[in-house]
Amino acid sequence: MSETLLKVDSLGITFGGLKAVQKVDMYMNQGELIGLIGPNGAGKTTTFNMLTGVYTPTEGKITFNGKSIGGLDPYKVTRGGISRTFQNIRLFKELSVLDNVKVANHGLAKHNLVSSIFRLPSHFKGESKMEEESLAFLKIFGLDVYKNELAKNLPYGMQRRLEIARALAAGPKLLLLDEPAAGMNPQETHDLMELIAFIRKEFNLTILLIEHDMHLVMGICERIYVLDHGQLIAEGSPAEIRSNPKVIEAYLGEEVTE
Amino acid sequence: MKKSKIFWGYMALALVIYAVVQVLINNGIVTFYYQNMLITMCINIMLAVSLHIILGITGQFSIGHAGFMAVGAYVSAICTMQLELPFVTGILLGAIVAALAGLLVGIPTLRLKGDYLAIATLGFAEIIRIIFLNIEYVGGAAGMQITHQTNWTYAFFGVVVTILIISNFTNSRHGRACISIREDEIAADAMGINTTYYKVVAFAIGSFFAGVAGAIYAHNFYIIQPTTFGFLKSFDILIFVVLGGLGSLSGSVLAAILLTIVTTYLQGFPETRMIIYSLVLILVMLYRPSGLLGTKEVTDLFKFGKRGGSKA
Repeated sequence: MSETLLKVDSLGITFGGLKAVQKVDMYMNQGELIGLIGPNGAGKTTTFNMLTGVYTPTEGKITFNGKSIGGLDPYKVTRGGISRTFQNIRLFKELSVLDNVKVANHGLAKHNLVSSIFRLPSHFKGESKMEEESLAFLKIFGLDVYKNELAKNLPYGMQRRLEIARALAAGPKLLLLDEPAAGMNPQETHDLMELIAFIRKEFNLTILLIEHDMHLVMGICERIYVLDHGQLIAEGSPAEIRSNPKVIEAYLGEEVTE
Repeated sequence: MKKSKIFWGYMALALVIYAVVQVLINNGIVTFYYQNMLITMCINIMLAVSLHIILGITGQFSIGHAGFMAVGAYVSAICTMQLELPFVTGILLGAIVAALAGLLVGIPTLRLKGDYLAIATLGFAEIIRIIFLNIEYVGGAAGMQITHQTNWTYAFFGVVVTILIISNFTNSRHGRACISIREDEIAADAMGINTTYYKVVAFAIGSFFAGVAGAIYAHNFYIIQPTTFGFLKSFDILIFVVLGGLGSLSGSVLAAILLTIVTTYLQGFPETRMIIYSLVLILVMLYRPSGLLGTKEVTDLFKFGKRGGSKA
């Protein structure tokens, strides 16, 4: 069963005169794990921001699950089934670890404002369901022991994990991970790889991954897109990417011919 | 089950406080002077808590809170004095119109952030003041005479309802959504929170209770004048919230109580009043920059070790 979940047609954005991203074509099938790599400043995070509605693309089309989502408000994109993590951790620092996950679970809860203000039965039912589901997510990530800790007091690696747990709690079909292994040591990176593989299976997810750690990318991605200077320069399996001269050039520079 | 027990405990405590003060008033032990101070305290608590939901919880820097108070005060005064409706109806209508004013102001201005929002709300409060200043129907600059109808019962239960509803709101998925906006608006948006909706909701609830406070205030002092609701009043309310600790409901209550007491006793020294008041503020900010309670609540202080033993 490999229907197309996400389709991106000649996507582009300009900031003033700067063409940050142009003519990007991508597709993702249901259940795939895809990597997006490229040197610094290639436009990877900008592409993420367009996919999640933070930026409105100036050209091109994004189709997700059969619907056009280009330029939609971020919260609508998230409710539609795309959620993300951030490259520079953006947790709700003064909220507890549990509450961080509960915030993301918000869109799936039903009890309304009036029921909460007057403490009607539907409020208690809804809140205890949120609590239960959020705790389940924390357990998967081994964060349940920290549930009452403020997010800002967690060790760095745990904060990275909490970001992913929070993104999952929003109930996505497509998960966008922006450098999840940044700053982690090899052991932590290894654990993270296993975790990503596990949640992908468990929640039937499609995952798009930005990462600089080539070991991680080559190890778990099925297909890889390579961006350089805002343009796609290569696409293919890890083995193809590894031997692609354009990719080597983008990362290491041109070969000197005498 | 345990939570509802705590809730009824607080309600019982509130009733005891109410009954004791009422008995003292009836016996004449609490004189009219102190009764007035208690009512002012209640009004200030309502104002502080209603700004707390906008500034402390949702993180929207509004300094036009006296504007909403003015709407509540004038609308309720029109209801009771001109239309001869009962006081309770006046309070409710005043609060509803204030909430509508909050919606009206909130929807366009809440797109602004930080300083820009502050200036916009400040401008709004001034517009409200000027409007009332120029309407002859409500007495213009001379003010509007109002019969004294506020008593300890109205003021106290006004506070109870305000705190109850705002803390119910805060401790729900809706309140968490507002806190997440305060913490990181971009992340909140990315987690599926409709940030504009929640900012406007918080603004409307805050304005509603500022309206209640305004209505109770109007019926306490025999006369209301547009000058009372100037930007200095807005700053007074802002000070309660900041001094109590942004994000702490009990902190803003505590600050409102303390500062009301300080102001009342300083009325005996009109020459040095503002100097001492300012000194108190400067000292608190020097030694407790995050406010009296920071983001904690009074109840947290009794739960030792429950937060995993870490220091915030």
